[in-house]
Amino acid sequence: MSLNAKTISELIEAFEAGEATAEDAAGAVLDAIEAGENLNAFISVRERDAVLAEARAVDEARQNGAELGALAGVPVAVKDNLCVKGGQTTAASRMLAEFEAPYSATVVERLQDAGAILVGKTNLDEFAMGSSNENSFFGPALNPHDPERVPGGSSGGSAVAVAANQCVAALGSDTGGSIRQPASHCGVVGVKPTYGRVSRYGLIAFASSLDQVGPLTRSVDDAARLLEVICGFDPRDATSARRDVPKFTDAVGRGVEGLKLGVPKEYFASEVGVDDEVGALVRAAIDDLEAQGAELVEVSLPHTEYAVATYYLIATAEASSNLARYDGARYGFRAEGEDLVEMYENSRSEGFGDEVKRRIMLGTYVLSAGYYDQYYGKAQQVRTLIRQDFDDAFDKVDAIVAPTAPTPAFALGDKSENPLQMYLEDIFTISCNLAGLPGMSVPCGATAAGLPVGLQVLAPAFDEETMLAIGAVVEA
Amino acid sequence: MAISREQVLHIARLARIELDEDEVEHYREDLSSILDYVDKLDELDVTDVEPTTHAVALESRLRDDEVEQRLDHDEVLHNAPESEAGQFRVPKVVED
Repeated sequence: MSLNAKTISELIEAFEAGEATAEDAAGAVLDAIEAGENLNAFISVRERDAVLAEARAVDEARQNGAELGALAGVPVAVKDNLCVKGGQTTAASRMLAEFEAPYSATVVERLQDAGAILVGKTNLDEFAMGSSNENSFFGPALNPHDPERVPGGSSGGSAVAVAANQCVAALGSDTGGSIRQPASHCGVVGVKPTYGRVSRYGLIAFASSLDQVGPLTRSVDDAARLLEVICGFDPRDATSARRDVPKFTDAVGRGVEGLKLGVPKEYFASEVGVDDEVGALVRAAIDDLEAQGAELVEVSLPHTEYAVATYYLIATAEASSNLARYDGARYGFRAEGEDLVEMYENSRSEGFGDEVKRRIMLGTYVLSAGYYDQYYGKAQQVRTLIRQDFDDAFDKVDAIVAPTAPTPAFALGDKSENPLQMYLEDIFTISCNLAGLPGMSVPCGATAAGLPVGLQVLAPAFDEETMLAIGAVVEA
Repeated sequence: MAISREQVLHIARLARIELDEDEVEHYREDLSSILDYVDKLDELDVTDVEPTTHAVALESRLRDDEVEQRLDHDEVLHNAPESEAGQFRVPKVVED
């Protein structure tokens, strides 16, 4: 197996056995990025010499017997809405196409402190707004299983990069399913941690009460390894939780014996339109969990059908506020204008793409005088009902298992003309963000056409360990 | 709920987004169909339901009142579209 196709654990084993070097691994990844350039997974790739020099330094440290971090020499990529000091950070927007971050995100610092080798920044939907990666100013990323299809979004580039062996692991961000849905469509593992588990400092904000950074990897064990590095309290993020970081990798081999797993009836109802093959593969994986010792319990999440509407009111309201900072005055794209207001308007009109403008306007509308209570206020109340659904379910079960997405990856252009149809793509992932819970997607097979399908595991807040234990059984 | 052309122009003005005629109609149709969809929340009685602004309870984060150096002057101005004499340069704000 080529070095760039290995998991983190396999790679580190090879380094420690002296069978491979970090420089070899970095070189193999950079070659794969070049060979797979057509997939458009990366917005920027670091200079080859700089990457190789960094990897060589890890090799030398290893040879000298220095103490090394948990990811020493592992080539990783990060979504281009995470700031990396001195490099380009675009959020896939014309607005930030020339922006150079003056500091690094906490998660990036933690990866680098653990010895990971950053190879580049991955493609995404502009400002993480989308479910197909077609909203990028730099063009869509393509699904490596069928380049006529989308990889999912918004962390599409990270999912593609991992699936196409263009990095060993990657970070994405998940506001309504943006890690789990592309992971499902590309056949990789994707984890959205509990809100507050991972620092958002240096993540370009979309919807602050929902956004969370998480890993995309080729195995559940790799996801646990990355979580051990990126989780933890950060005083620079006011929403960061003061919680200890468990040894997530210990949970991976635990199995599911004795666990009660909730199967939400609403997620399999005919009205939500789960594709037949997706439904069958997810059902088979759930049956296998039962065969491995889990007890299946039907649960109800009765407000599921209101989640998408709730999400789009809250997310767009927060986005309209967060994106008000892009005015062309201090950083980002500036268009000319006769006066200050005209400069603002021209800069924002030309700097933002269609989907971003649509969401800003929807958010502005629902927050505007006369509509706040009708839309935003009510959505915050329904959010409470959605949280209570999960609280009730987790009184009865240890975790919930369900499909990640209703369909396999769809064709490019299939849903881009109909925003509402695109929004419904996230119907199974969105509730998790509204309730702040951890969720993961783990591959559970492929359709007859060879398109991957993901099983989603949802767990109570701060119980990523149970989620990882279940995911590892599905993966096996 | 269908929204009017005037409402779209009003929102665009609030959001500081300039739209041409085609865009006004395009967003009017999109926003109307999205608002139609979100009106399904009216099916729910939320009279006594407390709103959730954050899913995870937040604590007040206090720290000592000490000055910290985050970014220096040059770093702040590094991404400025236009700067002069150590300041951001913008079009004239005060009228003649």
